[in-house]
Amino acid sequence: MSHIQSNLHPETAFSTHYVPAGDYFLGEIKQGQTFRIVDLEGNQAADVLFYNAKDPSERYSAMDTIRNQGNLYLSAGTKLMSNANRELLEIVADTCGRHDTLGGACATESNTVRYSLEKRCMHACRDSWMLAVAEHPEFGISKRDITHNINFFMNVPVTADGGLTFEDGISAPGKYVELKAKMDIVMLISNCPQLNNPCNGYNPTPIEVIVWN
Amino acid sequence: MSNMLYTTTLPGNGHWSLELRRGSLLKITDIEGGANVGMLFYNPRNLLERYNAPDTLKCQHTFKLQRGNCLYSDMGRIFASIVEDYSANSEGNWHDTVCGNSTAQLIEQQWGKRDYQTHRNQWRQNGYDAFLVELAKYGLGRADMASNINWFSKVIADDAGNIQLDTKNQSAGNSVTLRFEMDTLVIMHACPHPLNKSEAYPFTSVEIELSEAAPVSDDDYCKNFREENQRGFKNNALYYLSN
Repeated sequence: MSHIQSNLHPETAFSTHYVPAGDYFLGEIKQGQTFRIVDLEGNQAADVLFYNAKDPSERYSAMDTIRNQGNLYLSAGTKLMSNANRELLEIVADTCGRHDTLGGACATESNTVRYSLEKRCMHACRDSWMLAVAEHPEFGISKRDITHNINFFMNVPVTADGGLTFEDGISAPGKYVELKAKMDIVMLISNCPQLNNPCNGYNPTPIEVIVWN
Repeated sequence: MSNMLYTTTLPGNGHWSLELRRGSLLKITDIEGGANVGMLFYNPRNLLERYNAPDTLKCQHTFKLQRGNCLYSDMGRIFASIVEDYSANSEGNWHDTVCGNSTAQLIEQQWGKRDYQTHRNQWRQNGYDAFLVELAKYGLGRADMASNINWFSKVIADDAGNIQLDTKNQSAGNSVTLRFEMDTLVIMHACPHPLNKSEAYPFTSVEIELSEAAPVSDDDYCKNFREENQRGFKNNALYYLSN
């Protein structure tokens, strides 16, 4: 796991966005801009999707990203690839060290399978995304574009015998990941409301998004 | 397999799609050894409901697919269960669902350009384009393409997360049988796995057999493989409540 600090200072930022747990962020990041996602209180999962701003059918692809780097985990130096096998973004700084892209986002439907049929009305990431795309038709994103995401700050190690484990986060208060956009992109974040597993330490907390030109 | 209804061969660069009813069995057999079968599932009643690899992996706490695993949609339902998983060399099968597809670019770099004019139906087709062709027949496109299954391809990871295709268990006669728990649109191709490093393009064909499954019993292996799967089956039962 590599840890790379950033030289950028919040005082010089172009914009700052506070995202409470259970809320979403949907916005455009221009080519060449750098942004940071900060885990303000620690052990929080940020479930993130990226799209080509000009054509959202081109989007972040976990499969292409994994195959391209020959590695399952995301950290500084990872190029985030699209489903057209083009570079959307690069992780340029990371004080957490490892991020997941296998576990996907929580959904009310998958919560019924994972935890209990009677937990179907607990808030979940995919519901935040549904509200985001419903409230912002101007981005041209709909359910068919909602897929396999990144879970920043989440620790999902794969074992040698093919097991998948959801471990307590390796993140901590103030840890961050920073990315540089290689094309104009749209970023959709669900700040995860999950209360049933350790991905948020059973206590979902806010994140911050800081953007620099 | 009882009640055999249909058999065919999918050539090692071919693609196909069909709708299978709930209660159907689909058996795929690696004829020569070294085959890969890419597969995606959609609900024909609502094409927005599709196979979801992350949900499938996390609810069963697994990175690999094997006998007992159920294959979930993004709506908490089970498209199909892996009821048989035969390994000819007794090493046990292990199927990938995170590496995606070969692409035109990857195939060209490794084995040369896809060229129908020269090679006719022995052309070097890639998994991504194969899926696009089949998906378009149902009005679907790249936005609908999810992370697929790669049957017979074992991808292992070390502690640092570095992945490789492990070909040791690939053997003629390996087979996997799926029992469909919902009516399902099945999209498939037999193009090479994206991590395949064979010297020549692997035209490894598979046999496809379709038959009728016995009713799912209370002590069914897949249903009881994990308690999560019992709840998945309950979601399916709810879906068919009014039928």
